Amino acid sequence: MNMFLETLIGGLLAGTMYSLVAIGFVLIYKASGVFNYAQGSLLLFGALTFVTLTDQGVPALGAIALTIALLILTAIAIEKLLLRPLTNRSPMTLFMATLGLSYVVEGVAQGIMGSQVRALNLGIDDLPIFLGDIMISQFDLIAAAVALAIVVVLSLLFNRTRIGIQLRGVADDTRAALSLGIDINRIWQIVWAVAGLVGLVAGLLWGARQGVQFSLSLVVLKALPVLIIGGFTSIPGAIVGGLIVGAGESLAETYIGPYLGGGITPWFAYVLALVFLFIRPAGLFGERQIERV
Amino acid sequence: MATSAGPALEVRNVSLSFKGVKAISELSFQVERREICALIGPNGAGKSSLLNILNGVYIPDSGEIVFEGEHFRRMQALEAARRGIGRGFQNNALFSGMSVLDNVIAGLSRKSRVTLFEEAFRLPRALSQENAFRARALDVLKLFDLEKHAETVVGTLPYGVQKKVEIARAIVAKPRLLLLDEPLAGMNANEKQEIAAVIARLNRELDLTIVLIEHDIGIVLKLAHHVVVLDYGRKLADGPPETIRDNPDVIAAYLGAQHAEAAA
Repeated sequence: MNMFLETLIGGLLAGTMYSLVAIGFVLIYKASGVFNYAQGSLLLFGALTFVTLTDQGVPALGAIALTIALLILTAIAIEKLLLRPLTNRSPMTLFMATLGLSYVVEGVAQGIMGSQVRALNLGIDDLPIFLGDIMISQFDLIAAAVALAIVVVLSLLFNRTRIGIQLRGVADDTRAALSLGIDINRIWQIVWAVAGLVGLVAGLLWGARQGVQFSLSLVVLKALPVLIIGGFTSIPGAIVGGLIVGAGESLAETYIGPYLGGGITPWFAYVLALVFLFIRPAGLFGERQIERV
Repeated sequence: MATSAGPALEVRNVSLSFKGVKAISELSFQVERREICALIGPNGAGKSSLLNILNGVYIPDSGEIVFEGEHFRRMQALEAARRGIGRGFQNNALFSGMSVLDNVIAGLSRKSRVTLFEEAFRLPRALSQENAFRARALDVLKLFDLEKHAETVVGTLPYGVQKKVEIARAIVAKPRLLLLDEPLAGMNANEKQEIAAVIARLNRELDLTIVLIEHDIGIVLKLAHHVVVLDYGRKLADGPPETIRDNPDVIAAYLGAQHAEAAA
């Protein structure tokens, strides 16, 4: 029983890290209908900038502030140079544009800051703590708390403020939003900046785990099944999807893995996602598209 | 605000085509201040396209728009909203997942005077603006007898009520010109009367200039001060409702067609 609980809790906590990555996608997809392939590169870009600055001797707080400022500027540049000229193009065009963007961001970031693996120490001890007999990773616990805090802040931002009202308006009906004087370009800048900041947090946590390097941008591939399960348009969906993937992976690895020769973590999430595609194509919390005919 | 005493809106020689197909040809007419101007004409006559030009969704090929004395080769959507051109859409374009109140508050976007920074950190000016917006939105809901639905998710309300919410959202920021695209479509006789009364009252009590598209000729002739008839993107007739009703071209092209349809 203890082993089951330990596996489950460990999996759930790890799942919140997937959720963090997925939230970045949801934000942009909701507001502009773009599947932003570059989310992984932005995540890498944020983490790499932070590590490079601290390596240069910039104190952590200063490095964070500079990284945030850079990410905001990047979001504004992406909106002005990429999204605005492509307004009203098909989702496929926009997807291809973000695909291109991801290579540019990755290339430029690694060109300037180097491509070797960098250690990132966030000062969180990765010593296990015990809840009764159950061993829990302290790092995972803190990561989960951070993810939770981000979700709370985002839901306050979207539900309680006028920016949130405008943002949901743009997501719901762009032409109506425009007719009310909502500055859509401004909203896109905000959304991309917020997605960049969420990506930065995810990048720092993942980076502390596995080092900051190119492969960090591949956590995108972990977010995809989370999005399919939770739905592309829902932040709670990204959370629940992340928890399901995290718990599912970890339980499957422990209990099914031995029969299949182990190593099922890399693909298990995708099998889970496929099952969801059959039962609930819009995901658990996604908006089902109903066309008026 | 408005200093010149000319018409509220002038459409001058406006043409619009989609991939070579003319939607509007050399169209000119004027809308006086505080009048209700109805655009009528068969489907495909270019009525909605014209509204889309007026609030900056479409760019005309040629011609110009004069709004309160200022000339525009094209309206930018944001600019149109900021200058006080409000808009209601065919089939409604509400933010269906949001509450009635939030929809109406969204209508105040162009009135915002606080910076993003103030809003993000909820500084005093942002909070007081938020309270003011909320109060203003609630006032408008009262005007439409919608206050009991304030917290209801708008997508769950009947169509007729949604239409009132949409009009409330369009007028909450006190526009100078209101564009309505078939505000009475898809409604039963009672709902039509109610919405028509709302439109007449907005025009009378808020001195609001209104341009609307409507197919129900009976209501148009009662509600509008001025009717512009379009057919295949051209102006067929333009004048007060009485003269439109008796215009033989209009009867042939539009009223006649309607009657034939009704008889069939």
